[in-house]
Amino acid sequence: MNIPKNLLYTKDHEWVRVEGKNAYVGITDYAQGSLGDITFAELPKIDAVLVQAKHCATVESVKAASEVYAPLSGKVLSVNVELSAHPELINQQPYQQGYFFLMEFSNDSERSVLMDAASYESYVEGISK
Amino acid sequence: MSFIPHTKEDIKEMLEVIGVKSIDELFSDIPKALKPQSFNIPYGKSEFQVTQALHNLSLKNSTGLVNFVGAGFYDHFIPASVDAIVSRSEFYTAYTPYQPECSQGWLQAIYEYQSIICQLTGLDVSNASLYDGGTALFEAMMMAIRQTGRNKIIIDSGVNLIYRTMLYTYTSNLSVEFVEIPVVHGQSSRGELFKCVDDKTAAVILQNPNFFGAIDDYGDVVSRVHKFGALAIASVYPVSLGMLKTPGEMGFDIATGEGQSLGIPLSFGGPYLGFMSVRKELVRQMPGRIVGATVDSDGKKGFVLTLQTREQHIRRQHATSNICSNEALCALRAAVFVSLLGKDGLKELAEHNYQKAEFAKEQLACLQGVEVKRSSPTFNEFTILLPRNADKVVQQMIEKGFACGFPLGRFYKGMDNYLLIAVTEKRTQEEILKFVASLKEVLAC
Repeated sequence: MNIPKNLLYTKDHEWVRVEGKNAYVGITDYAQGSLGDITFAELPKIDAVLVQAKHCATVESVKAASEVYAPLSGKVLSVNVELSAHPELINQQPYQQGYFFLMEFSNDSERSVLMDAASYESYVEGISK
Repeated sequence: MSFIPHTKEDIKEMLEVIGVKSIDELFSDIPKALKPQSFNIPYGKSEFQVTQALHNLSLKNSTGLVNFVGAGFYDHFIPASVDAIVSRSEFYTAYTPYQPECSQGWLQAIYEYQSIICQLTGLDVSNASLYDGGTALFEAMMMAIRQTGRNKIIIDSGVNLIYRTMLYTYTSNLSVEFVEIPVVHGQSSRGELFKCVDDKTAAVILQNPNFFGAIDDYGDVVSRVHKFGALAIASVYPVSLGMLKTPGEMGFDIATGEGQSLGIPLSFGGPYLGFMSVRKELVRQMPGRIVGATVDSDGKKGFVLTLQTREQHIRRQHATSNICSNEALCALRAAVFVSLLGKDGLKELAEHNYQKAEFAKEQLACLQGVEVKRSSPTFNEFTILLPRNADKVVQQMIEKGFACGFPLGRFYKGMDNYLLIAVTEKRTQEEILKFVASLKEVLAC
């Protein structure tokens, strides 16, 4: 399973790539694998105000619809418009072309509740058992 | 289903299993004040006596009246073939099949129903039906609120008051802001409407023909509404779509309506049929079941329930709606009715309605003291102004054998002398002439 070292992770299987005050957000390789073929992603609106751990997007696969929760509080700057025509990007490249949105986060200290790659890996191993 | 009565022994045995002594003890959690003191059902009448009593009660209804009442529900002819087809045992169930893909015939019927609704309304996607015109309109409004993330709803007062009341009741515990637009000269007031539409508006709701029977081309309203990023919702009368511009042609995002006029008999309280169709972009916000066509692993055409992830058995509290049921049997009636008419038949039906109503208008206009409202074109329903209270005229016309129309004073303030008259294809020339003559007599005395 692919768990890049440079990202932060949530228990709900979202990843965050911090770049200055901004962060890219998506779902992990483990999440896309569990969902199966993804058919649709309902993304937040630009300028939407996000609250950490609250529902911010929905991802649908052939077998389920799951909620995506905001990994950090802040504001949505842009969304990945490619996903409306190519939701399969979430399956194929969950950490690159399959990202969900770019946000500006408002509270730096919230990062402390996120996991690094090593902790996320053992967390996933724990639930896989 | 067979009727299986419980004997005293059965009841005793069941109570023993669950460990209570009596029926009263079983329901002891319900406070005494909430329990009915009596069901007022006489004990031990024979089947014959009950049949007689109910039959005598039913005689109190005035069933033989010649019907000129519409107001949202219309007296159309239903060919016997509709009953014959839907009564086939393969079809005769009102409920969604629980193993849908095992019921390919049913799914095909619903798929055809959806295709008919799409063609009638000029929109891309229809669902498998909803309860009735009012619940369909409510669901359309909720779609707009979800889609736009806004909560202001502008609704024209030419929308049936029954529907408006349903929207207000359903949303009484939600924060939805309603703005009602007054009707001026029987039509939706553009001045007021354009003043109210803003970037907080989720949707504008209009009806065509409106409650007074007036036909409108809402294209201008729709483009205005779209400029502000709001959705335009139309409630329409399906038979009228045989000749009128469709909601799709006017640019509406969502069309809903009451499908009773498509082969479903008039009855107090239904069951009726709500239909809904939307532009493709809105499909994930659409409530209810949707049947899709696909091919199986052998390449053969088949039907499936599609986009089920919107529905409550998968999305739980995030589902698009908690109305998951549909009116499958009524939807089937509509599909059979429209299929039997065919494309030309539906146009012809619409034209008969229109022309008979125009004939009735001409005849009524000749009556002294009666003014036929002509500020807008109409389909099969129109408004007349009487020299006195319409409610009383309606009572007097019943004695002459006519249900002569809907007194508008019941729904609109200051319209006590106005009467709404519907003329369907069932009304003969003779009936219309007799109706006008009877009205003349009533107004003379």
